[in-house]
Amino acid sequence: MTFCATMFAALVVLIFPMIAQAQDTALTVKEVAPGVFMHEGHVALMSSDNDGAIANIGFVVGDRAVAVIDTGGSVREGQQLRAAIRSRTDKPIRYVVNTHGHPDHIFGNAAFDTGETEFIGHQRLPQALAARGPFYLEAFRRSMGGALIDEVRIVPPTRTVDGSLTLDLGGRTLIVKAWPTAHSDSDVTVFDTISKTLFAGDLVFVRHIPVVDGSIKAWIKLLDDLQSLPAERVIPGHGPVGDWPAALAAERRYLGVLAADIRRDIADGKPIAAAAEQAAASERGQWELFDDYNARNATAAYQQFEWE
Amino acid sequence: MSGIHFSKVCVAILLAISTGQGSASATESYDPWPGLVQDIFDNKPISDGSAVIALDMPARAEDAAIVPVTLRIKPASDPAHRVVAITLVIDQNPAPMAAKFTLGPDANVSEIATRVRVNSYTDVHAVAETSDGKLHMVKTYVKASGGCSAPAAKNAEEAKGRLGQIRYRQFTKTEEGATGLRDAQVMIGHPNNSGLQMDQVTHLYVPAFYVDRLQLWQDNSPVLSMEGGISISEDPNIRFTYTSNGATTFRVEAKDTDGHVFKKEWKVDGTAM
Repeated sequence: MTFCATMFAALVVLIFPMIAQAQDTALTVKEVAPGVFMHEGHVALMSSDNDGAIANIGFVVGDRAVAVIDTGGSVREGQQLRAAIRSRTDKPIRYVVNTHGHPDHIFGNAAFDTGETEFIGHQRLPQALAARGPFYLEAFRRSMGGALIDEVRIVPPTRTVDGSLTLDLGGRTLIVKAWPTAHSDSDVTVFDTISKTLFAGDLVFVRHIPVVDGSIKAWIKLLDDLQSLPAERVIPGHGPVGDWPAALAAERRYLGVLAADIRRDIADGKPIAAAAEQAAASERGQWELFDDYNARNATAAYQQFEWE
Repeated sequence: MSGIHFSKVCVAILLAISTGQGSASATESYDPWPGLVQDIFDNKPISDGSAVIALDMPARAEDAAIVPVTLRIKPASDPAHRVVAITLVIDQNPAPMAAKFTLGPDANVSEIATRVRVNSYTDVHAVAETSDGKLHMVKTYVKASGGCSAPAAKNAEEAKGRLGQIRYRQFTKTEEGATGLRDAQVMIGHPNNSGLQMDQVTHLYVPAFYVDRLQLWQDNSPVLSMEGGISISEDPNIRFTYTSNGATTFRVEAKDTDGHVFKKEWKVDGTAM
């Protein structure tokens, strides 16, 4: 007992300052256009080693207010984003926009749930979070560990978007647009009209293999509408900032190859498991995390296309 | 049959889960199998079934909502030991008893493939009952999917749009003859809602709504039936291999928990009647 107590005390002494330090540290962000900041997430799966910080998250500073676009994969990451904002401006953080409901984009919400901030998301986001939130908290405990997950609360939007809405930050307007089911069933994009920067959420993947958790068919279909947005640069959900619309090309190619392969497999009568193993094999060298997500994308595509 | 009451077992297990069980790690270190043997199989002895059936699933669930599972029925050396039913159990799911398949007496079903939801790291058991009343078990282990995958609807509106549609597909080429092995697939458009989620507008729990019985016949002879629960994926889908008895029609009837009955009939080559 005494030994245990001593060890525990030693751990507390060692770990508490580390945690405090980790939470006060400002997240590394870069200013991709005047007043537009992003943190580039690791191209990896969420884990205790990376604090769940795998998605691109960011913020836009206007004359009167700040808007945050996605809060990261842990409350710790959210707090570090908050610290990054506070090291640059004291203006109120009026808005948090969640581009969709996946854990790497929303687990940091609680860091901004201070009463002064409106949470904005797709009109289907509340239902998506209700259906998946409790499952995500349980599932990510395994890979992230209790210390990170215990702090996470699922914070749903206080204002939802159906079509589009504008956010006035003072001297700069953001357009939040809700999309049909594509990457997920609750994707929104955020467009800064001043710098012509598009926060695409997970409607755009660069380097990181696209992940289909909605409708591959509808995703391919909306690429033309997405491409027609008058942006100059895109902050994808994952991967480096890119020129618009050139940054969309690889994703368009991948989704097209996967769709064609799966449609052919269904026509040939190939069972779903065999199709999932082999589809889009020509894309393997083009993407990071291919083996983590391609079979899953193929499975979801098969389930959708066999109803055509 | 062995008197197993599928829906009662489902409800009992759901209640047990909703009243207890803490974190993921707590549920995983606890082995639910002995309790499931009691609830589902009445503590009947279960022997190793590797000579009777095989269970094939990927080692990792790629998409938590759609995990392919294939059951293969091995040829019986003695007709008294024909497989009459197979129960599929996903131990760590909220409703572990995923499905019970009953095999038609003259259909010689040799393979059944379907798709299930897998919530967690879990053992999956398949228990075959032979015509002598004995139980035979095989099992595998499936790791839960990673990333943002969840055992929930991806596109609820699309699923609603095909409610009650039934599709039948015959894979084996017709030149193999009317007595040959056939490989066929039946799909039922249905959201198969779990009933475990709250509606954010009404703050009421969305009631469970799923296909609980699916029956397939060639003419009037049963080929295969499935009693299913919420562990069966959205749009229940069965692909199966059977032997034709020379029938000219194939018939499907599905019933869901709201009492809807969906029926359709085809000529055996897959063309609509």
